[in-house]
Amino acid sequence: MAELTTYRGERSDGGGAAAPSAVGKDRTWRPAGHRRPGTLRARASWTGRGRLVAGLVGLVVLVLGAILIPWLGGLDQGAVDYTAVRQPPSLAHPFGTDAVGRDLFLRSFAGLGVSLTVAASCAVISTVIGTLYGALSGLLGGWPDRILMRAVDGVNAVPHLLLGIVIVALYRGSVPAVIASIGLTHWTTVARVVRSEVLSLRSRPYVDAAISGGASRRRVLGRHLLPAVVPPAVLSSVLILPHAVWHETALSFLGLGLPPHLASLGNILAEGRQAVLLGSWWIVVFPSALLAATTLAVAGIAAWWRDRSRPRRRSEMAL
Amino acid sequence: MGSVVERRALDAADVTTVQPARRRGREIGILVAWRLGVAVPVVAVVATGVFLLAAWSPFDPIYQYFGAGVFSAGDAAVANAREQLGLNDSVWTQLGRWVGGLLSGDLGQSLSFRQPVGTVIAQRLPWTLLLVTLGLVVSVVLSLVAGVTAAWRQGGWVDRAVTAVGHTLEGLPPFVLALGAIAVFAVAWPLLPVAGLTDAGAAPTLGQVARHVVLPAVVLGISQMPWLVLHVRSSLLGALDEDHVTGARARGLPERVVVLRHALPTALLPFVTVLGNRLPEVVTGAVLVETVFSWPGIAAAVVTAALSVDFPLLAALTLLTTTAVLLGALLADVAVLVLDPRVTADG
Repeated sequence: MAELTTYRGERSDGGGAAAPSAVGKDRTWRPAGHRRPGTLRARASWTGRGRLVAGLVGLVVLVLGAILIPWLGGLDQGAVDYTAVRQPPSLAHPFGTDAVGRDLFLRSFAGLGVSLTVAASCAVISTVIGTLYGALSGLLGGWPDRILMRAVDGVNAVPHLLLGIVIVALYRGSVPAVIASIGLTHWTTVARVVRSEVLSLRSRPYVDAAISGGASRRRVLGRHLLPAVVPPAVLSSVLILPHAVWHETALSFLGLGLPPHLASLGNILAEGRQAVLLGSWWIVVFPSALLAATTLAVAGIAAWWRDRSRPRRRSEMAL
Repeated sequence: MGSVVERRALDAADVTTVQPARRRGREIGILVAWRLGVAVPVVAVVATGVFLLAAWSPFDPIYQYFGAGVFSAGDAAVANAREQLGLNDSVWTQLGRWVGGLLSGDLGQSLSFRQPVGTVIAQRLPWTLLLVTLGLVVSVVLSLVAGVTAAWRQGGWVDRAVTAVGHTLEGLPPFVLALGAIAVFAVAWPLLPVAGLTDAGAAPTLGQVARHVVLPAVVLGISQMPWLVLHVRSSLLGALDEDHVTGARARGLPERVVVLRHALPTALLPFVTVLGNRLPEVVTGAVLVETVFSWPGIAAAVVTAALSVDFPLLAALTLLTTTAVLLGALLADVAVLVLDPRVTADG
């Protein structure tokens, strides 16, 4: 009797080391057109560490580019060149030039740098708020936890961009307002992650051991719980990065974000709005490509994290 | 929102005791009551927060009242206007007056549109609803078709293409998609109008609006698609692994029936929740898409109001969208409760 293999590929009991499973291997001989849906395993190369490495390398390259390229290229933010207006990509200007003849290659990378700096500040703010809030909620437990998490739902119910627009509109044209408007709306994901982490940590034996050893509340919190929460918190702050870049570009695109003299990706794209009607596609394509590359790089790290964390946590990390 | 409706694994007890319809109705009633009870304080807190942000901001409403005339108006006139507008009262008195106005239906005057806020919203809301509804339809249809095809042939070229496009689109803000769509379908290949509700000066007839709504609606739909399509795909793949699908296969049913009649319905139930949870992002998308396409909806009015610091309109629109999002999420959760007998509401 051939041993039974369940649909999940686990061996059912009985059989033991008898004949190799026939059911588990049937996809090797089935013609491709007759494959049963859902039986093929996804390609391993993009699920495992490959995406993490690709994401990290991509992120490092983008950050280095944002730092080094404007510096090496001698970017002058104020320089305009009316003899080279809206030129398509060439050797002298790899990304072309914009409506006042500024080189887009330098400006796009400088803009990426500005956007990433703003995004990183937002990520730090969100992480600090989210970690404290989530840890508090997880530690208190019971009805305070319930109320705190309902408050998180409340914050999530207001569209983030709308809240950002309100904040930025009232404190217009200042970089701190942009950072605050993004940082104050994105801490909820971190809070959720940290809370569930604390909930699972506080029932661990080593925490019980610390408590029965007579450790004070503060010591348990500072010595045993918070350090263990740091890795997921840092990771979710990395995952906030593309969101924050996204929001910064959206705000700047609407004319509400960073002041126009700062070459952020959003400001470049806002200028691209008129350019598209004139057929200058490169003013939009290259900055958007940098934007998408940043998001994809971080998405690689996020995918790796989702794969290695428990399935229950996947929905909470849906970024 | 996510944790309120939870899916449980199906066990023997669920199979044997199907809830009577009356108990189900009560459960839904409790959920609705609880969620509306939560919604009221949330909206109140948002209103207070927005008002306090405005009160503490460096922006002084007196400039808005006078416009450029504030520089030529005498000190006495300015002080007089301050007194009349009640700006000398404490922040909490002003807040009370504003909330009182809201509750009695007086939303205030919009300064950027020079109309009552209620009129602005009434004129613009239908266009936004049209755009968002069409966008959601495009999004749902596209993601169902693409997601099911991808999961059906997991690892095939359609699957790889759909996954790659999905992940790439996740990284692109809606305004980039909108600019791209304009560049291709309105400028390079002039198939559809660039922007607006009608051609310049034309009356908003059905044909005019239908031609102009295509690009914004499709862009809005596609910008929301990646999350939905990736969700449909992974949830259908999960459903194909379940016992009842194996059972259907064992009975020798054709693939089409197995996938579309047995696996898909179970896979689609969480989809409704995902759709409800995406509503804030749909609003965000609508803000950007309406701005790029000069669509005369309320989302574009948010940007106009923000650019001219039109507080009454901005606050009213924020409260309106918050309420709409809360109601939409509630509707999605109720729909899940009605459709899926295995789900229980934990309040």
